[in-house]
Amino acid sequence: MSYEVVIGLEVHLQLKTRTKAFCGCSTEFGAEPNSQVCPVCLGFPGSLPVFNLTALDYGIKVALALNCTIQEHTKFDRKNYFYPDLPKAYQISQYDLPLSKNGHIDVELKQGPKRVGITRVHMEEDAGKLIHQDDYSCVDYNRTGIPLLEIVSEPDIRSPEEAYQYLVTLKSIIAYLDVSDCDMEKGSLRCDANISLRPAGQIELGTKTELKNLNSFKAVKDALNFEIMRQTQALDGGVKILQETRLWDEKVQQTISMRTKEGAQDYRYFPEPDLPEIKITQEKINEVKSSLPELPHEKMLRFTKEYGLSVYDAGILVYSKADASYAEECMKAYFSKDKKAVANWFNGALLSEANARNSSLSGLKVAAANLIELIGYVDREEISNLTAKVVLTEMIDTKKTAGTIIKEKSLIQISDTGALDKIARQIIEENPKSVADFKTGKNNALMFLVGQVMRKSGGKANPKVVQEVLKGRLTNA
Amino acid sequence: MNLYSLTAHELNELFKAKRAKPQEAIDSLNSRIEEVEGKVKAYVRVNHRSQIDVKGVPVTITDNICTENLFTECCSKILEGFKPPYDATVIRKLKDAGTTIFDLKTNMDEFAFGSSTENSCFGPTRNPWNTSCVPGGSSGGSAACVAADEAIWALGSDTGGSIRQPASFCGVVGLKPTYGRVSRYGLIAFASSLDQIGPITKDVEDSALLTNIISGFDPMDSTSANIPVPDYTKSLGIDIKGIKIGIPKEYFVQGLDPEVKILAHEAIAKLKSLGADYKEVSLPHTEYAVPVYYIIATAEASSNLARFDGVQYGFRTKGKIQNLIEMYKETRGEGFGEEAKRRIILGTFALSHGYYDAYYLRALKVRTLIKQDFDKVFKEFDCIVTPTSPTTAFKISEKAEDPLEMYLSDIYTISANLAGIPAISIPCGFTKDNLPVGLQILAKPFAEEKLFTVAHAYEQNAGWYKIKPKL
Repeated sequence: MSYEVVIGLEVHLQLKTRTKAFCGCSTEFGAEPNSQVCPVCLGFPGSLPVFNLTALDYGIKVALALNCTIQEHTKFDRKNYFYPDLPKAYQISQYDLPLSKNGHIDVELKQGPKRVGITRVHMEEDAGKLIHQDDYSCVDYNRTGIPLLEIVSEPDIRSPEEAYQYLVTLKSIIAYLDVSDCDMEKGSLRCDANISLRPAGQIELGTKTELKNLNSFKAVKDALNFEIMRQTQALDGGVKILQETRLWDEKVQQTISMRTKEGAQDYRYFPEPDLPEIKITQEKINEVKSSLPELPHEKMLRFTKEYGLSVYDAGILVYSKADASYAEECMKAYFSKDKKAVANWFNGALLSEANARNSSLSGLKVAAANLIELIGYVDREEISNLTAKVVLTEMIDTKKTAGTIIKEKSLIQISDTGALDKIARQIIEENPKSVADFKTGKNNALMFLVGQVMRKSGGKANPKVVQEVLKGRLTNA
Repeated sequence: MNLYSLTAHELNELFKAKRAKPQEAIDSLNSRIEEVEGKVKAYVRVNHRSQIDVKGVPVTITDNICTENLFTECCSKILEGFKPPYDATVIRKLKDAGTTIFDLKTNMDEFAFGSSTENSCFGPTRNPWNTSCVPGGSSGGSAACVAADEAIWALGSDTGGSIRQPASFCGVVGLKPTYGRVSRYGLIAFASSLDQIGPITKDVEDSALLTNIISGFDPMDSTSANIPVPDYTKSLGIDIKGIKIGIPKEYFVQGLDPEVKILAHEAIAKLKSLGADYKEVSLPHTEYAVPVYYIIATAEASSNLARFDGVQYGFRTKGKIQNLIEMYKETRGEGFGEEAKRRIILGTFALSHGYYDAYYLRALKVRTLIKQDFDKVFKEFDCIVTPTSPTTAFKISEKAEDPLEMYLSDIYTISANLAGIPAISIPCGFTKDNLPVGLQILAKPFAEEKLFTVAHAYEQNAGWYKIKPKL
């Protein structure tokens, strides 16, 4: 049978406030275990939480960027359960009056844009970290009490690829806001996935499983793909899907049952009596709203409008805020009205350099003016694209300008037909078979001859001119 | 003259006049403790003395208020050996004010769960007026040691009457301040929305003095109120002529001991003779106070006490355990006493899926109604006067087997916690059996000044504070 996949994602985001959510301890990552703790985050008897208002500001920022409605009244609740990483045996979280509800983000997919609903964004505190040894476990409470946002999506996602793109988009938006490191490896961004299948056309949702231990966006995609296969097989075989939590095992590339719903806990939520209700005024919302930067989606639309870029090109350019500013600086500096050439550089040569160096685009530190200078040489057909890439590499390595490098290595390409004609003649003589092929209509033969001329010129020949010269000779001959 | 028998304001005068030294006060208390503690058992761990910084008038603290490097065990086995690395805000304020934090802590019902100080892992405290009787609770140790002159003054905590009811049983003055008046930081929580720290003293003047010291906004407690603290001693010695007192009819019904009733009426008559006007009023939701309290208080307690899991501090089972769950179960099973377990189970039930709306949510709604009853009366009246407790001190183990009967002991005090209003208990006479009776005065939020004015006027005229138990 054919099934429709229904996916909803829960993202936990650590906010990079200087201090924890309810005490003054540092939130810095990587410190000596249990060195950033105090009676409050250790849940010592008699200690009381005091809410960090910067976390609230960050929360409102994220919620607004995800198009959520901020609730005028919000409060904290206690989520009660026993675990050694939770020193109070309850987590301060939000239950029935979350910070915000009813948002959405627009995710660009190959088949076009898709709107994914955001059910809610709420505030809570992180738990500690358990480190398991052979026959005992250690707890590091440094992480305990770091402010978290939980971002819950609607079950609007229909494939692992969509889930992946949703996460990419979400991460991009949050990175723009500069409120979280969004680093899955350090755990500042974590994701759980809910997935169910239903026969195509059926409205009622199937039984879902919750997938945990997803340590990268790729793991999310892989685990969902595995789960689709597993659930499909089960349903086809007439086996009921159990509502359960399953762990993704990266090594064996499988999800493994952790606990079923029957074993699910009753968290006994109730209003946190140690913290007063929070009122969020319209002024406060307006204040935060006015501090929001231009977000990736808006920027993408503006780039298509102002610079005539395709949605695809603009989409790649805006992923990172710093890179987008860099790209925009270059596009502004670029003399031609058609900015597509700049976008091509960004999404082509510059991107491969960045990937090779494990850097961001702006991290390559090629000044906008220098990049434009380089593109100018190509536009004027003074160097080939191929040469330009070599020059770019050297620009990054040596910090020299394109002009200097081209002059030093005398890389200006030969566009003089007279000079090229000489080489062309020679190549034609040396390759009679290709010439014959060309005459029987094999276009590949021409490209081969162009290549040979290029080689002979040491890469300096202008390929366009070479092609014209060769064509002229071959058809006249 | 024995220094131990003095009030704090009397002792302060002596210190100022250089007629006594703070160390002499400590020595005097220690000799008194030597003399009578065996009969009263107001303190815990009396053989574990600690070095203390002797500066001024000594203050005695209950076992549930955190004192740096001094045992703070809530009289529970589960906190066995716990010495907090920090002071509660009230302790810091007391130290800043130049008082001496007495090294022995006072006995109480485990985690303040009780009305008799019998639910303590250290055994019961006895009433100085009759050592076969309970001192009340939960802050029974503090009330008993103030009454027995084993302390100059003391702090206790009041969640449903735990300062006022033992003050009443022991013939001393006990104040529960307005919720938010005194910081709860460092008070080991029983029910966070009801708990307040307050003074237990030999007279009203000391109560005002101690309230002056411990009150005020604390950035460490988000529920503390950012409202200026007046000098409460300025409320003393003021004429109460024309003060309007409400007498709630719901408090003078069946279950009220006839002798207590007579003494309360005599006290009201005395207030009238001092110029106060009184009128019967109604607090119609009074009958729901006890059930509402036992849902809200136990629900919060079940969550507050979950942290005592044997992981970080306090007691951990020494039995053989196979896994984490067993460690939790055995530790908590062995560490908590009967009443603590009862309340944790009750509270857990009230918050459980499917019961929350019927119990906890409904209790919150009725709590609002109870508060509105008071709001209405305080629109017209300056204060409300009632007996503090329907009975005098009962016999040890008399109610120990009947929790419901025990819960009714707080029937007159619980409403003030639910409504968040201040209330004071002062002595108003003795029964034929020579047991003290307490009069409770309540006022609107942050109107402690009214309480001190009325209580002081009555106290100075009635003079009960001059009578001390014979030990």
